[in-house]
Amino acid sequence: MSLLSLTDINSRYGTFQALFGVELRVDEGEIVAVIGANGAGKSTMLKTVVGIMRSPTGEVRFAGRPVGHLPVHQRVSLGMSLVPEGRRVFPSLTVRENLLVGGWVKRPGPWTVTKILQLFPLLERRIDHPAGNLSGGEQQALAIGRGLMANPRLLMLDEVSLGLAPIVVRHLYAAIPAIVEAGTTILIVEQDIGQALSVADRVYCFLEGKVALSGRPRELTREQIAAAYFGV
Amino acid sequence: MDLLNNVVQGLLLGGLYALFATGLSIIFGVMRLVNLAHGDLSVIAAYVALVAVDVLGLNPFLSLVLVVPVMFILGYGLQRFVLNHTLEGGPMPPLLVTFGLSIIIQNLLLEIFSADSRGLDAGRIEDAAITVTSRLAVGWFPMLTLVVAVTVLAGLQLFLERTQLGRGFRATSDDQRAAQLMGIDNRHLYSLALAIALATVAVAGVFLGIRTTFSPSVGPTRLIFAYEAVIIGGLGSLWGTLAGGMVLGVAQTIGAQLSPGWAVLAGHLVFLAVLVFRPNGLFIRQAAV
Repeated sequence: MSLLSLTDINSRYGTFQALFGVELRVDEGEIVAVIGANGAGKSTMLKTVVGIMRSPTGEVRFAGRPVGHLPVHQRVSLGMSLVPEGRRVFPSLTVRENLLVGGWVKRPGPWTVTKILQLFPLLERRIDHPAGNLSGGEQQALAIGRGLMANPRLLMLDEVSLGLAPIVVRHLYAAIPAIVEAGTTILIVEQDIGQALSVADRVYCFLEGKVALSGRPRELTREQIAAAYFGV
Repeated sequence: MDLLNNVVQGLLLGGLYALFATGLSIIFGVMRLVNLAHGDLSVIAAYVALVAVDVLGLNPFLSLVLVVPVMFILGYGLQRFVLNHTLEGGPMPPLLVTFGLSIIIQNLLLEIFSADSRGLDAGRIEDAAITVTSRLAVGWFPMLTLVVAVTVLAGLQLFLERTQLGRGFRATSDDQRAAQLMGIDNRHLYSLALAIALATVAVAGVFLGIRTTFSPSVGPTRLIFAYEAVIIGGLGSLWGTLAGGMVLGVAQTIGAQLSPGWAVLAGHLVFLAVLVFRPNGLFIRQAAV
């Protein structure tokens, strides 16, 4: 059974329609990547899943139940967690406090402050520093850790690589297998195609608000992906 | 020595202003809500205490056992059922709604209690003082007010730093959207913020009711003093609010010494000077916004 499924999603910003009949599925234990150029609707899709935006049509189902009518905090309580684009750590709170706020919903599961520090050891020496003083890579690690503290069944990562050096991005992506091993399903939205395809079990390519291509990375050719990504 | 006396009295008065201002500081910090009914809500607290004193025969200090929970519940309900509905449309709707609320409260109080000035009688403590020198006496009641203000502020500081709910308040203050993504129900959190703010206002209202008389129309004046204390101290700093209240109190007592009519004006002038030269407040680093 799918952990997350989207059917006929048509989210819009006022009069501007950003998604057109999006259909998407994430199964338990998978890593699914959504790639696409800037403005393709990837982040809008995540916002619709977590409840920041609503689709006037279609259905968002999570863990077998429709969640499209629920507010954000109730969806988080059910086990979905979004690491937002731009990291958005709480700058005046320390690293430890950020992680503790991440555990607001108190879902049972493996992730604790100690486990997060084992996953991202670079945070340990910064544990009592304000998050606003961290480097971009440290903030992204913190944002992922904070998202995990909710012990989600589905962790959604929005543009992890944005604005970070390649070596830092590789370091962050290296943590993903451990997250999946701990029982968390992952949905990645990414512009960095190489990184996304390197970890994904399945991939969706968005183009102008529609799913232009989907499949297993090994089964897709470079030409197919380029055509779907750029619309050529 | 007169100057020293004025400074001491002003510092003590500042504790009371800080009590008023703390609630404002909390709700602005957490939900960016400018509550124009804040002063009137403090007057409600004073009248609730008055009823408790008159009907139940309680000492005004003991009436806090009743007034604080009443104001806490009032704050939660007001935010949950009224003000939460105003927060989506930018800063103007809450301003208009709280302005209207202020007028409604004043007229309701006028209807129920009349325009007569009332006061809370706390007995001998109101006049008792320690004579330090022939020209410097420190009243027990102002000292108690300052001690209570510092205790309330310290309690709030501990609450904000050490509890999960307090961290939730600070996280929401930093980034409301990201806080929602942590599973925080912002409508419930906002309601708790106003509840806590009005609980502190309850203490301030009762202490001011003991210190001086009150009537249904005094709320806006208290609102201005509270705002001045917050702005002088710097938004987002509880101890800055205490310091801001003290600066305002000292300015007013020194102004009153120059001429009785100058008390309030001197406070406003200091406030304007801070706005011009240190718009972030005296006790906030200027780099911070």
